[in-house]
Amino acid sequence: MLTKRIIPCLDIKDGKTVKGINFKGLENVGDPVMLAKEYCRQMADELVFLDISATIEGRRTFASLVSRIAAEINIPFTVGGGISSVEDAALLLKAGADKISINSAAVARPALISELRDRFGSQCVVVAVDARVDGGNWKITTHGGTRLTGIELFDWVCKVQNYGAGEILFTSMDHDGTKKGYACDVYQKMSEILTIPVIASGGAGCEKDIYDVLASDGGNADAALAASIFHYGEIRIPDLKKYLDRLGIPVRLHL
Amino acid sequence: MTGIIDYQAGNLNSVENALRRLGADYLISSELPVLSGCDRLILPGVGEASWAMARLTESGLDGFIRTFGRPVLGICLGMQLMCRHSEENDTECLGIFPNVVRRFPDIPQFKVPHVGWNSVTGLKSPLYDGIDENSYMYFVHSYYADVNEWTAASTEYCVKFSASLKKDNYFGCQFHPEKSGEAGERLLSNFLKTGI
Repeated sequence: MLTKRIIPCLDIKDGKTVKGINFKGLENVGDPVMLAKEYCRQMADELVFLDISATIEGRRTFASLVSRIAAEINIPFTVGGGISSVEDAALLLKAGADKISINSAAVARPALISELRDRFGSQCVVVAVDARVDGGNWKITTHGGTRLTGIELFDWVCKVQNYGAGEILFTSMDHDGTKKGYACDVYQKMSEILTIPVIASGGAGCEKDIYDVLASDGGNADAALAASIFHYGEIRIPDLKKYLDRLGIPVRLHL
Repeated sequence: MTGIIDYQAGNLNSVENALRRLGADYLISSELPVLSGCDRLILPGVGEASWAMARLTESGLDGFIRTFGRPVLGICLGMQLMCRHSEENDTECLGIFPNVVRRFPDIPQFKVPHVGWNSVTGLKSPLYDGIDENSYMYFVHSYYADVNEWTAASTEYCVKFSASLKKDNYFGCQFHPEKSGEAGERLLSNFLKTGI
């Protein structure tokens, strides 16, 4: 049976994880490769690395980091952050990333999604979408949630699918960082209207939140992504998977 | 020596990385004289079937693979190309396995492509030595090979399909062993022991 995926997300700046991460027995480590290997051992199903470097030098460091990650880990990983052209994507995929994630650049120029699909295949193309409620409707935002657009969320995700995205990674800016659960109603609606997989992000505070967003009568998402709750050991992936399995969610339990 | 066949179809990087992690002697080539000196070959593949078959045909790799007497492992599209026919752009393939490759049917709760970790059952190939029934492997595909007597492992995703094929010296896997964690590494390391 196809399992639901659990995906830790690491923010990278100038080749290091931001703030460092505290695993049990692995205090405040900044090296993304070591962390990635640790997550592989913990049975993460995929990894996402987001480059938040604002400088050209930081971006170059990111590409060389991607090669090191690809050499060391044996599960799929997605990279994103500042990708705005086919050339940007080609550099990171050539370095060994399995998928690339684009966000603001897709809003600025949706044809980029089709160009990426034609060059690399839709399985490589994840479109990240950030949105929040504005005037009673879900509207998408860009630039890390700082700029509100007038674009309606559900129209946008359908358009993104038609342009050739392979997956959608949706973050509710109203839920992100609250630790009060994911925007389950939004994921449920997306899973009804879309034929491509949906990754849920933003709001996880406890194991139950992840159960809710994956359950077919909850969010029905295909995967759950989270950052701090995994990094700070608030939720351990092996424990989370045992919990989900007990509640009937199909997960990959053993290596 | 293991040869990774380079026919410009997709990313060879991840297969190369996996072989390097396993400490294997390998080379990457599109040249028949170089590949013919190898003990075994890997036919990787990401992309579209008719385009990939055209690359194999124009380089003479099609006949070479059909007659290579040592082990050959096709991965993902590489396995599909070793079947008889693919519905993807109505493509005649290598015909090593008599299987037909079909597109997953449109069923609302089953999204296409089939992406993620799924379990493999009915394991019957030396490549599965030391790998448990119901192990999880990582899949990304929209087309599948049907089940027949050459099926060496199967997986269910709205239909039951061949996760692996085996016939004589030919092996195939629909999933990506190079991205399937420890179970996938075990499968690749078993392949590296074939033909010795």
